[in-house]
Amino acid sequence: MNALTGTGHLVRLVLRRDRVRLPLWVGGLTGLTVVSAAAVQDLYSTPVEIAAYRATVQDSASGRLLNGVPYAVDTVAGITAYEVTSIAGLVVALMVTFTVVRHTRGEEETGTAELLRSTVTGRHAGTAAALLVAIGAAFLAGALDAAVLWAIGLPGAGSLLHGAALAGVGLVFTASAAAAAQLTSSARGALGVAGAVLALLFVVRGVGAVRDDWLVWLSPFGWQDATRPYGDRLWWPLLLVVALTAVVAGGAAWLTAHRDFGSGLVPPRAGRARATAALGTPVGLAWRVQRGLFLGWAVGLTLFAALFGSLGREVVTLIESNPEMADVMGLSLDDVVRSYFAYVIPFLGVLASAYAVASALRLRSEELGGRAEAVLATGTSRLAWALGGVAVTVLGTLAMVVLMGVALSTSHLLLSGEDALFGRLVGATVQQAAPVLLVASTAFLAHGWFPHRALLAWAVFAFALLEAYLGELLSMPAWLADLSPFRHPAGVPVEPFTPWPLLVIGALAAAAVAVGLAGLRRRDLSSA
Amino acid sequence: MNAIEIEQVVKTFGAVRALDGFDLTVGTGEVHGFLGPNGSGKSTTMRVLLGLLRIDSGRVRMLGGDPWSQAAELHRRLAYVPGDVTLWPSLTGGEVIDLLSRMRGGLDERRRAELLERFELDPTKKARAYSKGNRQKVALVAALASRVELYLFDEPTSGLDPLMEAEFQRAVGDLRADGATVLLSSHILAEVEALCDRVSIIRAGVNALSGTLADLRHLTRTTVLAETARPADGLTGVHGVHHLQQHDGRVTFEVDSDRIGDAVAHLAGLGLTSLQAHPPTLEELFLQQYGERLEP
Ligand SMILES: Nc1ncnc2c1ncn2[C@@H]1O[C@H](COP(=O)(O)OP(=O)(O)OP(=O)(O)O)[C@@H](O)[C@H]1O
Ligand SMILES: [Mg+2]
Repeated sequence: MNALTGTGHLVRLVLRRDRVRLPLWVGGLTGLTVVSAAAVQDLYSTPVEIAAYRATVQDSASGRLLNGVPYAVDTVAGITAYEVTSIAGLVVALMVTFTVVRHTRGEEETGTAELLRSTVTGRHAGTAAALLVAIGAAFLAGALDAAVLWAIGLPGAGSLLHGAALAGVGLVFTASAAAAAQLTSSARGALGVAGAVLALLFVVRGVGAVRDDWLVWLSPFGWQDATRPYGDRLWWPLLLVVALTAVVAGGAAWLTAHRDFGSGLVPPRAGRARATAALGTPVGLAWRVQRGLFLGWAVGLTLFAALFGSLGREVVTLIESNPEMADVMGLSLDDVVRSYFAYVIPFLGVLASAYAVASALRLRSEELGGRAEAVLATGTSRLAWALGGVAVTVLGTLAMVVLMGVALSTSHLLLSGEDALFGRLVGATVQQAAPVLLVASTAFLAHGWFPHRALLAWAVFAFALLEAYLGELLSMPAWLADLSPFRHPAGVPVEPFTPWPLLVIGALAAAAVAVGLAGLRRRDLSSA
Repeated sequence: MNAIEIEQVVKTFGAVRALDGFDLTVGTGEVHGFLGPNGSGKSTTMRVLLGLLRIDSGRVRMLGGDPWSQAAELHRRLAYVPGDVTLWPSLTGGEVIDLLSRMRGGLDERRRAELLERFELDPTKKARAYSKGNRQKVALVAALASRVELYLFDEPTSGLDPLMEAEFQRAVGDLRADGATVLLSSHILAEVEALCDRVSIIRAGVNALSGTLADLRHLTRTTVLAETARPADGLTGVHGVHHLQQHDGRVTFEVDSDRIGDAVAHLAGLGLTSLQAHPPTLEELFLQQYGERLEP
């Protein structure tokens, strides 16, 4: 028996367990690409429209931050690529990360892998099966991407390269997730590490694109852009993909072979023999359970916000390098900076709502993991238990938006020396707490009535993200776009502040939580 | 007043009738054994008593209150240990014990220290680093360290070694001496025999039997081995005799325990030369009760 014996069986098991998830990821991504690509063909059909697009994106800092360096945007094919590439890369990276961690560290943590290891399976078979499935899914996503772009009327060779580059992003992050899964002893920890790497590489590419320098070459997302599928058509950046994947996957395999089953790199340490005074109430427990989640997101989002703030200065630089452009659009520099912030701050809010949903869903994992039962068998009522979780989500969200607001404003202040906007930028960020909590409240609502289906709250987040990222391109009907709560707070610093939208959104969130709690008090407690 | 009264309770999960008109009474101060085959409804009963599940119909009273609507108040007066303990992986055993006892409304410091000693538990280990038996001990110490009126144990000793099992039995003995009520679900018959005043057997969501162990023995059959001068054919006609086998003047059969007098009288009439009789072992007793029905 060798280290890979049994991989075939395990691949079938992974496919069986993910027979719904993977088609959803791949199908959802392909659908999104079709819709956005079709929208581009519609919007940019004349040379005038194309020229206008080119003029805007060349100098758009927020565009470069999210979508990278624009190449060949003087053709409709190039515009299509610029609009779909980045989000497709992100989706594929997230898909393979979740898939790999779930089937490697996740299985090991719950103990199911132990049963499998006791059968005729080799040491590396589990990891290999997860990697094969993830890579297969990435290639499928790439193939479908190439096929739909070609079918929509884009050049065949370019579409093929576009699909290949997309699969390449999947390849790199498959390896990175496999390595992350070796480092920590919990699946959550592994997701945290892999997610942080993903976010960092995305940001590095964005900053490199804004500054138009070598930083883009440090990120697989940069390599994806660098293939320029509808311009120079370079295949060699894919060699970087293959080389990095091989190195990282080799490292992961080495780690697997050199650690004990079930353990991470950090050996377990002894802890306190007694609980601190704070641990003894539902709030204290919820905070203790979510401390790591909060701190991880707080570091990540604060850095993101600081970065977004620092780019306020780059916006000015980009415009100054192309003054006639600003003249044409009849905008003052100040206007451009303000509208940049009015655009990116709600985007930060959307990102923060991922934290809030993850936090709200901890009630669900405590319940299904059987740990809530231990608490509810004590003098703690269901309501008190759930309110402990709600309180931590609300306070955590408030702390998060304050941190982000201060980071964004401070970095803008430091880099531009411009203090006029400071207070308004903090305020604009802090008011995102209302829509963030409304998104999180859907998790409490769903958990109260259907604990097994509460993950649907992620769909609400996904919709808000899609609306923020692509809403305009997709020309979503107004009623649909307006379902995203992030569209309603006043667009400070462009518009004046008004409290009403926040009050309405806050009231809706409170109502959703109340309905959820009512459901929780009525139903059976679930286990596993 | 009884500590637990369950009458005609029905609890369904979709098409499964986990409790199907179940009755159970546990007197105050009683150590009550709760037995039954896998999937018969023991854990479901415990979770109903904890107010985690809502019954479809019937009546449940526990410590004079309604377990569903008064859950939190009643829980201050009880402690629970499940058979499959899941803990917060990043908390230490000591933290879990403090947390659960505080949430129950306070713990007895002296008892906590003494129990840690008795169960040889290291409170500084993270829960993810404990072995199965040690996780179980964390839950046991957390429950036993609080002085409450009622203890609900659902296979509390699964995974404990024999020494720890003995410690658990001692601890339950102490609880009994303090006048606490215990409902103990278990598959370890020796444990039940050693600890329980009364037992109930649940089968397919129905109470098959409740009583003291002596009552149960009485309800079942004694095995008899005898040698007689003349063939014992006539025994088949004696009421309460089952599974009669004969060869070379030796006869073996089972007889309902309350009919043993008739059977022995009949044997005496046949020229009895040797006789052995043994009451059912606990295993036999339960195998009979767990089976679909008593054989004719
Ligand atoms: N949440 C649930 N959903 C569906 N069915 C359930 C659920 N909980 C229990 N059941 C079913 O109810 C029945 C009783 O289960 P229960 O766990 O009470 O058995 P048990 O007597 O504790 O068994 P064991 O000795 O194996 O612990 C079983 O048929 C089980 O499958
Ligand atoms: Mg059970």
